[in-house]
Amino acid sequence: MSVAFSPAGDLAILVELEGEIGPALSARLLALDRLITESVQGVVEIVPAFRTLLVYYDPLVIGYQGLCDAIAGLEPRAESGTAPQSRTIELPCCYEDPELGPDLDAVAERLGLSRADVIALHSGAEYLVYFIGFAPGQPYLTGTPQRLEIPRLATPRTKTAPGSVGIGGTQSCIYAVESPGGFWILGRTPVPVYDRTAAQPILLRAGDHLRFRAVDRGEYDDLAAAVAARSYSPVIA
Amino acid sequence: MIVILDGGPQTTVQDLGRFGQLRYGIPPSGPMDRDAFVLANRLAGNADGAAALECTLIGPRFEVHARCAFAVTGAEMPVTINGTPAPRWTTLIAKPGDVVKLGVARAGVRSYIAFSGGIDVPEVLGSRSTYLRGGLGGLEGRALRKDDRLVLFAAALPGVSRIEAVADYAAEPEIRVVLGPQADRFTPAAIETFPASAYEMLPQSDRMGARLRGPAVAHTRGHDIVSDGTALGSIQVAGDGQPIVLLADRQSTGGYTKLATVCSFDIGRFVQVKPGRSVRFRAVSVDEAHRLLREHEVALGMRSSGR
Repeated sequence: MSVAFSPAGDLAILVELEGEIGPALSARLLALDRLITESVQGVVEIVPAFRTLLVYYDPLVIGYQGLCDAIAGLEPRAESGTAPQSRTIELPCCYEDPELGPDLDAVAERLGLSRADVIALHSGAEYLVYFIGFAPGQPYLTGTPQRLEIPRLATPRTKTAPGSVGIGGTQSCIYAVESPGGFWILGRTPVPVYDRTAAQPILLRAGDHLRFRAVDRGEYDDLAAAVAARSYSPVIA
Repeated sequence: MIVILDGGPQTTVQDLGRFGQLRYGIPPSGPMDRDAFVLANRLAGNADGAAALECTLIGPRFEVHARCAFAVTGAEMPVTINGTPAPRWTTLIAKPGDVVKLGVARAGVRSYIAFSGGIDVPEVLGSRSTYLRGGLGGLEGRALRKDDRLVLFAAALPGVSRIEAVADYAAEPEIRVVLGPQADRFTPAAIETFPASAYEMLPQSDRMGARLRGPAVAHTRGHDIVSDGTALGSIQVAGDGQPIVLLADRQSTGGYTKLATVCSFDIGRFVQVKPGRSVRFRAVSVDEAHRLLREHEVALGMRSSGR
């Protein structure tokens, strides 16, 4: 296995591992993440993703080449760690209302599927949370059915509502906060993945499995009210 | 204590930033123009990381309820105390009842107001910085508005000092970048065009990212990548070929190709470019960037040491 480096400005370096994206690569990445944190002076923080670690460093403490050499030396030791504790979480999702899933029709048309096909495919799959990124608590999900693969929006939207459930490329996502983004929005879940006022603001963690249950607008509204009243707990197996 | 009479369009409490949280999707926030922020704190007699205000395009109006020192730096927003013009880039003393107003920025976008002692808001995840989209930190996670009250930490009044050399916010800046991490996903022509052209700052720009308009930058094979981490200053290019520079409140990861990264020491000048004005970029090596960073830090130290 090999490791590649490229600069991300003067304060960060992108470290990329070779291999198929999957649980094994993810475990190697997280092991390397831990090794770097424990043993390399001058590292400020690390952001893991699918096949990369973005390593922020202080160039007044360690230079670019010195950091590359240190990480290359650690990489062989980054064996797969123990599998993360796995939970399966079910999130309700309303696909049927265009207010909540504005791109459902466009996706169906572009992929040559019916609306019902898109809903059945998306809610029938099981997703894995690889890492949290883009926004607070926002999960990166793999497991999107192949028939739903679609390039991202050519021009990102400037605003997407929190709870929006979208697809793009091989990924699925749930928007944690109102933000710009390039995913096609199929529906919305009333359960927040980030709640800044909650004792535990982040719902999901790396290694979780996730399923979406299609609900109609009436049930969506009921669940949203229950969430607001703090009387709702997500189904976790 | 400071009472806000008018918050302006976007005035937030910031310190140097919230670090170590990017892996949970929480960006550092902190001042967009770190140099101007740090210098405001030094003029107010504070440590560099004391919490202060960042104002955007139009400043706030506020009343001072206890004697304190303060300083205004950054964008050229005219300052008045009880209607009388007051200088920027110097230590000012306010007494109870004084009303301070910052006007419309004549040049630049963001100005900073540091108060002696620093602003006392609770630390959230180790920082007092406001993260607007996440509603975290600062004062209730939001921009300031009328009737907000800001408590200051107790501090002795500092001696009056002044900084002569200030950035020229009206000029078209040349912004240094390091190519990568995905420069290989762009055509050789694109890599030539990008530094050779002027890019206009668009009004949709905010603390998350700056949208630019100029000659389209062409990809070799699509604009999507498997998402990876985004650095401060990452220049991402979506399918329309227009660059977006990611800033203090950026998304921690993203799925568009990144042509280059703005050097940390030029972020401050870059974020002061007003919508409608333009910037140019110049590519430097990582080693050159590190040399320039060291020079920049030395110069920043010297600017505030000559009293």
